[in-house]
Amino acid sequence: MNHTKEHIYSLLAQVTDPEIPVLTILDLGIVRDVICTQDNAVEIIITPTYSGCPAMDAIAFDIKLKMIEAGFTQVKITYTLSPAWTTDWMTEAGKQKLKQYGIAPPIERSSRLNKLLFDQDEHIPCPQCGSTNTKLLSEFGSTACKALHQCMDCKEPFDYFKCH
Amino acid sequence: MKNQHLINSVLHIADNALILGQRNAAWCAHGPILEQDIAITNITLDLIGQARNFYQYAASLINEADNKNETEDTLAFLRNERDFKNLLICELPNGDWAQTILRQFFFSTFQQLMYQKMMHSSDNQLAAIAAKSIKETNYHVKWISEWVIRLGDGTDESNQRMKNAIEYLWNYTGEFFIAADYESIDVAGLKNEWLEKVKLVFDEATLSIPENKFMQTGGKTGVHTEHLGFILPEMQSLQRNFPGVEW
Ligand SMILES: [Zn+2]
Repeated sequence: MNHTKEHIYSLLAQVTDPEIPVLTILDLGIVRDVICTQDNAVEIIITPTYSGCPAMDAIAFDIKLKMIEAGFTQVKITYTLSPAWTTDWMTEAGKQKLKQYGIAPPIERSSRLNKLLFDQDEHIPCPQCGSTNTKLLSEFGSTACKALHQCMDCKEPFDYFKCH
Repeated sequence: MKNQHLINSVLHIADNALILGQRNAAWCAHGPILEQDIAITNITLDLIGQARNFYQYAASLINEADNKNETEDTLAFLRNERDFKNLLICELPNGDWAQTILRQFFFSTFQQLMYQKMMHSSDNQLAAIAAKSIKETNYHVKWISEWVIRLGDGTDESNQRMKNAIEYLWNYTGEFFIAADYESIDVAGLKNEWLEKVKLVFDEATLSIPENKFMQTGGKTGVHTEHLGFILPEMQSLQRNFPGVEW
């Protein structure tokens, strides 16, 4: 069987985030490395997104399933915490897909994360109409990775995949 | 012995996050409005996730040292009250929204400073967990500080409730900075910066730092208030009744 790294990555490109199904785990930037230990045995090293993100267990399960379907008999998922995952690792293609899905992609670099307490909030472009006349409704949204914003022009509330 | 100190300090940090998370989780479906309900429970999710990382690390250290079979679950669900090393402030009742907000504000402000130190620990695993967790805590601090200001500088009612919360919680803040014998982070050295950050937000919130000096202690060494004795039976009931049960 042909199990080059390339082949394994093409399989991983079919595993999606259970909560944002337009994003593959490669788009998310959580796959750190793939090691073929022997024939039909593979170790996949991933970085968790948020400490308490319940999607991580589902993702690990989906990776295993995908590998077994492809003929692997031993699949090991290893979590690595360091360096910590950042939205800077999200691919450009991933960001475009998010936007088309109606979620504003992260626009700030993670170095901006430790904002001063009374810093002005960023005006995140509305994924529907593109307006930057938007406001933050809540720093915490429907999942750990999202904040809730609202567009003051088209009036639509929207999720923002916040910088991490 | 050095390893025992490390194990205890990891358990202490894990217990803080778990017990406060367990407390905050009681707000789920009871928050003042939907957005705030979602926010406090998202913070809870982060805390529980951080606790899991620390418990997993503690379990690996214990198993290595003593040839035991601890897991994150046995550490959370099968230890007794006197084994828990969380700060007393984490186990206090939620009270009203003001009390929950103020407790989270005091705690998150401390946790942010503590993680900043831990990120540079010579222990690679602690440094890695801290570097990951602080990204979450930064969001907590921003959100929670805004709420302290909103309530303190809000209506007479909300201002009075914040004052009541300060009166109740202040005596439990000293414990942050009194190091247990197992702690390697210089927590006493974080006190001034913590006070400055609290004062900055309190000034905006038209609140003041109390004069009183007496501080409650004991949590770090397992001497708890009566409240932990009610939290644990509820939190641990499944594993106590059905040992080893899995989903
Ligand atoms: Zn719009």
